[in-house]
Amino acid sequence: MGISIKEIPETTIFDLRLSRRGWRLNKMCAALCAPAEREAFKRDEEAFMTRFSLSEQEKTLIRNRDFQGLIEAGTNIYFLLKIGAATGTSLYRMGAQMRGESYEQFLATRNIKGAV
Amino acid sequence: MGLSHVPSVGPVVDRGRQAEPAWKPLFDAYVPVREWLQKLKPDVAIVVYNDHGADFTFDKYPTFALGAADRYGIADEGFGTRALPEVPGDAEFSIHLCESLIAQEFDLTVCQEMGVEHGFLVPMNLCFPHGPSGWPVRCVPLQVNVVQHPLPTARRCYRLGQALRRAVESHAGDLKVAILGTGGMSHQLQGKRFGYMNEAFDQWFLDRLEQDPEALVEITHHRIMEEAGAEAVELIMWLTMRGALPLSAKRVHRHYYAPMTTGMGLITFEG
Repeated sequence: MGISIKEIPETTIFDLRLSRRGWRLNKMCAALCAPAEREAFKRDEEAFMTRFSLSEQEKTLIRNRDFQGLIEAGTNIYFLLKIGAATGTSLYRMGAQMRGESYEQFLATRNIKGAV
Repeated sequence: MGLSHVPSVGPVVDRGRQAEPAWKPLFDAYVPVREWLQKLKPDVAIVVYNDHGADFTFDKYPTFALGAADRYGIADEGFGTRALPEVPGDAEFSIHLCESLIAQEFDLTVCQEMGVEHGFLVPMNLCFPHGPSGWPVRCVPLQVNVVQHPLPTARRCYRLGQALRRAVESHAGDLKVAILGTGGMSHQLQGKRFGYMNEAFDQWFLDRLEQDPEALVEITHHRIMEEAGAEAVELIMWLTMRGALPLSAKRVHRHYYAPMTTGMGLITFEG
């Protein structure tokens, strides 16, 4: 008996089906936990993506820094953060993009914006 | 103790920014908690937490994983390894917990090597800060899958806590044991709802945790995610902590602060 979770608007639920779809992306992100791999990514992003057998569509999402697209393609948010670290994109900047806002617009919606 | 494990707290501690106006309310709330812990002097802390892709990846993803080592390394989760001392474990005590829990039909993954990251370390920074001689308490990490659905139910997490209490009580030694349930509270880190928080839900959860945890365990993942954001589902780990305490446990501290994208809750009990 399988029980899948009901959808929630404006929300991606990371389940096994999505995890399988994002398998290569999450493998690549996990590698970024090693400093030498982060350097390899920064040195030659294209070669790095090819090494992890990313599809052309997945590569395009990374080239475009399309964070919501990457989430929908099965990248887990905590794994996506490792790309953020390697490319100098903070969680809050990723979040602003996912909301369709500038970073400043996003910060303006927060209770205490100094807590970054 | 139940408390959030917001990653941004780590660099704030490492750079000594605790007194900045945006962070002071959070750190001030932990001053009485640390004084209380210094009086109670627990020998061991069981830390119920989740890894964020530093040591556990989706090739093999355990539902519950318990550390059984004498030390736990500091893991690099993609931002570099924080300059923190290794965390002391208590392998003998962990082995006893494994034996008891598995006999009680909690079929855990047992880890003799585990690296810990912000999910574990931020609560340690807040409750058991390290000094020149290291951390003041030995630890048992208990990693829970709150990331890749299907997740264990809230009730299952609570029952694991009850089983942990029986395991601790059946230990022959005379150890004082603290348990920390970490994560949450309301937050969502993806989609158009990025940054969503719900203080009313968080306060309700704290009330129920205090007064009626046996009713709270009926909560579904869907309800937590809908009302408090997808990543708020980490709150099921607080139920493991609550299950390990008597129903009559007395609440000691309670605090709530929601500056940016996560409702940061804190609650402590004695019992």
